[in-house]
Amino acid sequence: MFSNPDLLHFIFGRLSLDSLPFHEPILVVTFAAVVLGGIAVLGGITYFRLWGYLWNEWITSIDHKKIGIMYIILALVMLLRGFSDALMMRAQQAMAFGGSEGFLPPDHYDQIFTAHGVIMIFFVAMPLVTGLMNFVVPLQIGARDVAFPFLNNFSFWMTTSGAVLIMVSLFVGEFAKTGWLAYPPLSDIVYSPGVGVDYYIWALQIAGVGTLLSGVNLVVTIVKMRAPGMSMMKMPVFTWTALCTNVLIVAAFPVLTAVLVLLGLDRYADTNFFTNDLGGNAMMYINLIWIWGHPEVYILILPAFGVFSEVVSTFSRKRLFGYSSMVYATVVITILSYIVWLHHFFTMGSGASVNAFFGIATMIISIPTGAKIFNWMFTMYKGRISFDVPMLWTIGFMLTFVIGGMTGVMLAVPPADFVLHNSLFLIAHFHNVIIGGVVFGMFAGIVYWFPKAFGFKLDPFWGKMSFWLWLVGFYFAFMPLYVLGLMGITRRMSQFDDPSLQIWFVIAAFGALLIAGGIGSFILSIVVAVIKRDKLRDETGDPWGDGRTLEWSTSSPPPAYNFAFTPVVHDLDAWADMKKRGYVRPTEGFLDIHMPKNTGAGFILAALSLVLGFALVWHIWWLVIASFIALVVGAIAHTFNYDRDYHIPASEVVETEDERTALLAKQQA
Amino acid sequence: MSAHSHAHDDHHGDGGAGHGTFNSYMIGFILSVILTAIPFWLVMDGVLDSKIATALWIMGLGVVQIIVHMVYFLHMNTKSEGGWNMLALIFTLVIVAIAIAGSMWVMYHLNTNMMPQMDHDMIKSFG
Repeated sequence: MFSNPDLLHFIFGRLSLDSLPFHEPILVVTFAAVVLGGIAVLGGITYFRLWGYLWNEWITSIDHKKIGIMYIILALVMLLRGFSDALMMRAQQAMAFGGSEGFLPPDHYDQIFTAHGVIMIFFVAMPLVTGLMNFVVPLQIGARDVAFPFLNNFSFWMTTSGAVLIMVSLFVGEFAKTGWLAYPPLSDIVYSPGVGVDYYIWALQIAGVGTLLSGVNLVVTIVKMRAPGMSMMKMPVFTWTALCTNVLIVAAFPVLTAVLVLLGLDRYADTNFFTNDLGGNAMMYINLIWIWGHPEVYILILPAFGVFSEVVSTFSRKRLFGYSSMVYATVVITILSYIVWLHHFFTMGSGASVNAFFGIATMIISIPTGAKIFNWMFTMYKGRISFDVPMLWTIGFMLTFVIGGMTGVMLAVPPADFVLHNSLFLIAHFHNVIIGGVVFGMFAGIVYWFPKAFGFKLDPFWGKMSFWLWLVGFYFAFMPLYVLGLMGITRRMSQFDDPSLQIWFVIAAFGALLIAGGIGSFILSIVVAVIKRDKLRDETGDPWGDGRTLEWSTSSPPPAYNFAFTPVVHDLDAWADMKKRGYVRPTEGFLDIHMPKNTGAGFILAALSLVLGFALVWHIWWLVIASFIALVVGAIAHTFNYDRDYHIPASEVVETEDERTALLAKQQA
Repeated sequence: MSAHSHAHDDHHGDGGAGHGTFNSYMIGFILSVILTAIPFWLVMDGVLDSKIATALWIMGLGVVQIIVHMVYFLHMNTKSEGGWNMLALIFTLVIVAIAIAGSMWVMYHLNTNMMPQMDHDMIKSFG
């Protein structure tokens, strides 16, 4: 039976034993480590009997706070994967000189830089941003959950399925060798006949469903579920940036989905949208994907701006300077982000008028961003600044991001771009804004809201270590790339001839090691905090002493229902206003609270999508059909589940709130 | 969210969209059928000589079809959902216009600058 190739092909599609990369020692060792680590984790969960707890309290949870936390855990896990790719690239480029080929064959190196980009953007930065918004936004607007709690759980698991599909590509088959945006014609079936690009397409399509739905969810949440009295211009700045980011997601992600569908049709159905002949036009792909890709940049950075706004005013003990200018700047950036996409391909051959328009539009977008920087500085001016870890990240951001912004304006000048396009200068620029902006912002946000989520602060010593190692490591890793870029070195090279360049790559590799220390310190700050949690405990709910927005008015961690009574908002910075007016926390008169119920449907549907994606990658058509039918039937079956809500009885609310009353009284005494 | 949103759920009064009547659904349905039939007729009977003109007519009728659906089936008007629907619609139109007009401008430039002979072929293939 096993000698029948037709049958084997029917059952396994393109998948065979040859698909497993036994010939790559690095992958074999990694695989062994992953298997051993995985067995240890699974064994631990079984030994401590945590499966039921995980399933009931986390996997099926539709509590926005838990989903937010799971997004961030996913992002941190994927950060380790994406960063090991980065370390390998830095090591390879530091070694491969003067005839040495380094330790990575070009074929493997190409997969690594592609995987690094895809993972860092889609499965690190995006889950960090979505996770933080998920956790914080309902608390900031005084809501008990998001508008569509089940969709929220489903979105998370779809994102995770996409991430899992990419991780599978590490050990089964290969990943794309095309760069993180998979430009055709290289990504067409003719030039990339393997499964790599298919993994890319389906991982992003599955994760894209999650991203889009969570975008819709948060827009509706912010528009419809704000506490009474919270008009648009009384919303916290983070919620404003979250609103704009999610509007961008809803408007931009369908473009990505559509363009990947077209690329998929080219690969699966012999269409010719982006091929070289029969009327296809690869440039259209580049045009379309950047119509998504540029707003994506602002999807990532706007929430980081929101975090900095919250952090700066909290730790300067002042109201944010220029609230309304901050809001208008955010909205202007949202609109302008749609008319700058061509600056990613100035060199593709448009005429002077097109390049001039997009160059000028790009320079204009730096104006509202600059206005924000000044607002943060004026907020700090004459403030009583305390240099807690979130504030350090913020100040590090302000310095670093300005440098990245200025090199961005340089790249926005089309003639300069013709020199710098696809050089390491570009690489240095976008790492400068993404690390200096998004990563610093997300770390600031995690450190800032961690005590809200878990009831104790992160360890400040390791937090500071993490900040300084990241900051110094960043400059060591990327300033050499600016230099190399100005010398004309292009990106994505696996080997170099000119030995005089080597020293710069060695410096960059050293910087990457410092960043590794930064990541390690960050993990240590969590571990040490868990060990010392009694010392770092926050019983007030307002751990930084001067929280200004509603999330600090409830306990840390907040109860499942967030607020026993929906707060009424009278002013911007609602909690600061309530404290000033001598707000007294209600201690009686609690009612039953109507809450949504956990469901496993999101997890199951996402798992089926993962199977569907895997089957599509490997052309296992019977499994494609089976999993697709299961997916549709499962989704329809879920709509007949009417058992979706329950009431937290008033007695339970009284119990929870009395505990908090006792804790607060202990503080007072 | 409590008191306010309850009022919202119970009766689609002030802010929310209305439900429509049998007549309005019927009008929407008949308009949709007509707007779907015309493109079929245009293509199957080869009414227009130029293929580009046919394509443009179909796209135009598609836009009208979208408006019919929004008005008669989704019950959208300038005031539904406290104006948020209208705001979202305007935003969508702006973004779609930017994406389509921008892409056409960019691709036209690329074609004339980079592939003059191909441009010619493409015009021919459109017929």
